[in-house]
Amino acid sequence: MTTDLGFPAVDGLAGVPAGGQELSTKDFTSDQEVRWCPGCGDYAVLAAVRGFLPELGIPRENTVFVSGIGCSARFPYYMNTYGMHSIHGRAPTIATGLATTRPDLNVWVVTGDGDGLSIGGNHLIHALRRNVNITVLLFNNRIYGLTKGQYSPTSDQGMVTKSTPVGSLDTPFNPVSLALGAEASFVARTLDSDRAHLTETLRAAAAHRGSSLVEIYQNCPIFNDGAFDVLKDAEEKQRRLIQVNHGQPVTFGPEDERYGVVRDDNGELRVAKLAEVDESEVVVHDAHREDTSHAFALSRLGGQHLDPTVTGIFRAVSRPTYDDQVRAQLTEAAEQKPADLQKLLTGNNTWTI
Amino acid sequence: MVATNGHRPEERTETRRKANRVVIRFAGDSGDGMQLTGDRFTSEAAAFGNDLATLPNYPAEIRAPAGTLPGVSSFQLHFADYDILTPGDRPDVLVAMNPAALKANLGDLSDGATVVVNTDEFTKRNLKKVGYETSPLESGELERFTVHPVAMSELTKGAVAETGLTRKEAERCKNMFALGLLSWMYSRPTEDTERFLREKFASKPQVAEANVLAFRAGWNYGETTESFAVSYEVAPASLPRGTYRQVTGNQALAYGLVSAGWRSELPVFLGSYPITPASDVLHEMARHKNFGVTTFQAEDEIAGVGAALGASFGGSLGVTTTSGPGLALKSETIGLAVALELPLLVCDIQRGGPSTGLPTKTEQADLLQALYGRNGESPVAVVAPRSPADCFDIALEAARIALTYRTPVLLLSDGATANGSEPWLIPDVEQLPDLRVTFATEPNASDGSGEFWPYVRDPETLARQWAIPGTPGLEHRVGGLEKVDGKGSISYDPDNHDAMVRLRQRKIDGVEVPDVEVDDPSGRARVLVLGWGSSYGPIGAACRRVRQRGMEIAQAHLRYLNPMPSNLGEVLRGYDRVIVPEMNTGQLAMLLRSRYLVDARSYTKVAGLPFQAEELEKVLSDVVQGSEL
Ligand code: SF4
Repeated sequence: MTTDLGFPAVDGLAGVPAGGQELSTKDFTSDQEVRWCPGCGDYAVLAAVRGFLPELGIPRENTVFVSGIGCSARFPYYMNTYGMHSIHGRAPTIATGLATTRPDLNVWVVTGDGDGLSIGGNHLIHALRRNVNITVLLFNNRIYGLTKGQYSPTSDQGMVTKSTPVGSLDTPFNPVSLALGAEASFVARTLDSDRAHLTETLRAAAAHRGSSLVEIYQNCPIFNDGAFDVLKDAEEKQRRLIQVNHGQPVTFGPEDERYGVVRDDNGELRVAKLAEVDESEVVVHDAHREDTSHAFALSRLGGQHLDPTVTGIFRAVSRPTYDDQVRAQLTEAAEQKPADLQKLLTGNNTWTI
Repeated sequence: MVATNGHRPEERTETRRKANRVVIRFAGDSGDGMQLTGDRFTSEAAAFGNDLATLPNYPAEIRAPAGTLPGVSSFQLHFADYDILTPGDRPDVLVAMNPAALKANLGDLSDGATVVVNTDEFTKRNLKKVGYETSPLESGELERFTVHPVAMSELTKGAVAETGLTRKEAERCKNMFALGLLSWMYSRPTEDTERFLREKFASKPQVAEANVLAFRAGWNYGETTESFAVSYEVAPASLPRGTYRQVTGNQALAYGLVSAGWRSELPVFLGSYPITPASDVLHEMARHKNFGVTTFQAEDEIAGVGAALGASFGGSLGVTTTSGPGLALKSETIGLAVALELPLLVCDIQRGGPSTGLPTKTEQADLLQALYGRNGESPVAVVAPRSPADCFDIALEAARIALTYRTPVLLLSDGATANGSEPWLIPDVEQLPDLRVTFATEPNASDGSGEFWPYVRDPETLARQWAIPGTPGLEHRVGGLEKVDGKGSISYDPDNHDAMVRLRQRKIDGVEVPDVEVDDPSGRARVLVLGWGSSYGPIGAACRRVRQRGMEIAQAHLRYLNPMPSNLGEVLRGYDRVIVPEMNTGQLAMLLRSRYLVDARSYTKVAGLPFQAEELEKVLSDVVQGSEL
């Protein structure tokens, strides 16, 4: 392929027309009454998305939300944009067809830990590997909400639910690790309760050209209340929450007890008291590294037990997107061989009677 | 008009006889290049102006053990000086490249058939592999046939020696020797084949040369060898005037899909996952990117149809291609398309089932799956091509229905149609149907709110408006949940659901399809034979034979399975007996009985092979003469 796609300079929204009139949060709010349970973390994400979309400056009509099935899948109904509430696990496939044929659209996929990682796991990893220009919001509440409380692929092992009365046996997925393993070009994690961090992460994800996966830790007060409380408690979170920023040393902790992430002799990352290590030993976060091992190692820190847990953008690298390349192939083919249907139907071997 | 035996001489010259029709079967190991050989002979026959029909038959394994019965691959070709309908029942000529090929195909030959064998492969070891104690060439069991033993491998090696190829490479040209010999036997033109070989192996001139030499050696062998004293001539057929080419069903289907995009002025998006025997449609479509055709090889069947539906939502002509097992996986997404009321083409190239079944064999057993294989009341339109070339027209019809009525359409081809080929009268692009659609551009709410309501319908077609993303002011949400008509908002109201279920059904029931035509030359037939899909050829050929024997029979064929033509009930009730041959256990017959309360009788076969005209002739003539079925 010879067409120059202009990487890595191209923005995730290049091709999507810039809006004429200025829009507000209200413009992105549909007339549908929001029907999540009171206190559901989904409200916070909805508010953040509605609040930040106007700043992208693209028209409502060029924005599409596609969802599968689950509590989070109601999301498109609440957005006054184009939207589709599809079937369980399949939103990435629909978004792939849409994004591939319509470069002028800003396509979002809203999914959950059941929808995106269980029934739709295959589609998610393949969308990420292809690097289709879509933004995937993965609402992770570590439980099945809509079907009333069965364990999910991100639930703690041993979790007692209606379908696992003596505890679940499954080893949970780490969605960030999974996405990195699937060659995702943009992977981030954020929290429903941290509006500023959530918005900042969404902004970066939307600007990224290619598949972006944003895992959002989301509280389900009905079936898995407090799953992420340790990351919200003012004191606890100081000890546990590591917000990484590209180019910054990975440090955290209260002022009187700072920690840093250092590389062990065996190459693994671990948390150390800053007081006990040399400052030069602290790992500096590099989200733009081609090699995924650094981002992967960060994703493994603490893991399921959130002790600690890393949020922020793990990886943001530029590589050609599937849809841009598909369109480039079409353009090139049309230039090289202008379409002539009569000629195609006639072919090279004919006879006349 | 119909010759019952192609070799029956009608006019005798010294060495060249005339025949009306001939059925040739090339059979060999799956590595022997029999499909290519058959294809080339087909092209020669086509270029000569014969009517023809073909039936490739190959193992599911890519390379089954060499020389064994499961490894036999064959290609049957029927060509004639009149319009024929089937690839032929029984070969007049069998070319057997090894003992396995002979053994596997012997049972299909009628007495007096010609058998050409490659004696070099009739070694003790090869004979043993297929259970021959003594060579059938010597045991006398081939007495009923005219046998031509030819040392094809050695003759080929000798002929191509000058190219300097290794012995192994040289031997691989033996299929072209066989082609050359048969081309001589049937007085075929040869220039195209030589040109074809030079083009095919353009990057390996040595190989190209060797193949041409082997081909010529085969021809010359026929010309000079005593044992081939006679050659045959099959004159060109007098088909309707026009320019023809040869197409396979899958090729014609792909061309139909490309043409549907062209005539609707919509980009075509094909989402597909490789599956036999549908993959060739994906391969063909992938070559036509210059027509704005996007092909997406998905991670699975579900993703293939999902992406196609996503593309349809965005204003493309979304298409997915598959075979039975894949259709099962796509069911839920097709149901979503029913609920979304978006155009979607689903092409199922049926194969033997259930489960993995017979991947390379043909069957028509997905009819009920296509009609009913989804949860809930989920009506879709269903169409089926009746021959390879008809795949082109049926694809355009499927697109017309999908675009006009905003509905998924299932197109049921099958393995025999997909891989079979026939001459195709090339259509004039300007005469193809106009499939252009109008997207919604204005708000349409009936309450004056200035909103866009996605489920506002055309009162005639009941099609909803198609507003594609990017259209200002028409932002809307659609989904799989039940909705109220018009506004499209979610509704769990019992009466609304009842009304919506009936509305979706009414829309499909109202799809306009042409009346079914009845072929009853005398107008006095009391027995009607009704088929659908690829059985058209054998049923038609059987009807001709029945009529030639002085009996009367009417034939009708369904290309539209849902909805069925509105005159069908009347047609069925117009006959004393209705016979429905199907390559399943009676799916259409069951539908006809329940829908029209007629005593339609099934004649069924699920052997993985098309019906033979001969067997249907017997069944139908028995029925005409009063036998029960
Ligand atoms: S069940 Fe849980 S996730 Fe679902 S809406 Fe209620 S609180 Fe939210």
